[in-house]
Amino acid sequence: MDVAQLKRQLIAFTELLYREGFLDEQFNQLQQLQDENNPNFVAEVVTLFFEDAERILNELANNLDQQSVDFKKVDAHVHQLKGSSSSIGAQRIQRVCIIFRTVCNEKNVEGCLKCLQQLKHEYALMKSKLETLFNLEQQILAAGGPPSI
Amino acid sequence: MEVKSQFHVLAVDDSLIDRKLIERLLKTSSYQVTTVDSGSKALEFLGFREEDEQSSSDYPSISPSSQRVVEVNLIITDYCMPGMTGYDLLKKIKESSSLRNIPVVIMSSENVPSRVSRCLEEGAEEFFLKPVKLSDMSRLRPHMKRTKLIPQKPEPEKDEKQEEELEPENKHQIQQQSNSNYHPQTQSNTSNNKRKAAVEEAISPDITTRRPRYSGGVTTAV
Repeated sequence: MDVAQLKRQLIAFTELLYREGFLDEQFNQLQQLQDENNPNFVAEVVTLFFEDAERILNELANNLDQQSVDFKKVDAHVHQLKGSSSSIGAQRIQRVCIIFRTVCNEKNVEGCLKCLQQLKHEYALMKSKLETLFNLEQQILAAGGPPSI
Repeated sequence: MEVKSQFHVLAVDDSLIDRKLIERLLKTSSYQVTTVDSGSKALEFLGFREEDEQSSSDYPSISPSSQRVVEVNLIITDYCMPGMTGYDLLKKIKESSSLRNIPVVIMSSENVPSRVSRCLEEGAEEFFLKPVKLSDMSRLRPHMKRTKLIPQKPEPEKDEKQEEELEPENKHQIQQQSNSNYHPQTQSNTSNNKRKAAVEEAISPDITTRRPRYSGGVTTAV
């Protein structure tokens, strides 16, 4: 595949991600902060997000597995995930977090478990899509073109 | 060739991602940046020491350990942090005779009107909604410019508010200000004074009458 084709693919794929709500304007802001002096900025931030999210999802599973659920802890974790997903533009994840906090406020364990499931699902989707995105960018770079959209 | 900025910002946030983000935002806007992950670390960096604050009077006693070596022109802090919140940090800064003229900006992911007004009343210059954007960065410069005093001649013009003269955000080192032999002048028409007045005005109790500004075009009834 040549560079032009790859670029078209990248543009189309990115547009899809925005349309389906996986990404919002904040992701674009991140890309604007990337330049020749900081060529990996977006990848670095996203990687941090993945690490953070995975850690939090594990903690949440733990918290909700307890005999007596500490809803304050659950809320604190969800709040953190909400913040970081908002910071990278992971809109769908952020939205689940908002619902999660409401449910947590009501001290509804079942509801929380459902939200956690949904979070895991959304996270897996997001991760896979972003990996595809970065992959495309790498291919373009390798084929000799600049990766920016 | 990029010119090194004369403005240095201290950014405080417990989230690693947000620290990375704010650092990039600030550097892209040509500011120098230091990031810390807590309010207490921020105070440490600023050279804040409780006992020095308590002993301060018209001629605050100077101990070497309280002297801040690095000039800080603005502090931008997250609101929600474990331990010391951004609001707590703001309070401590504004209550400190050596730090209170440093402009403080609060960031928060939640747009809570009472939170916003509380922060502004306590002396915060701005309240940014997260995620912070590039366009928000331009709102910082006016506050930092106000803190820049005239670069030193050996004997700076004095005015009556001696404690403020000791502001170490004046990059010219503490030794000039460390002696307590000030001779207060009653009237001084220097721009030093005017700038002082501007800074004073900025942190005056009238701050609530200033139009609060939020990022992203969000208007909140305060």
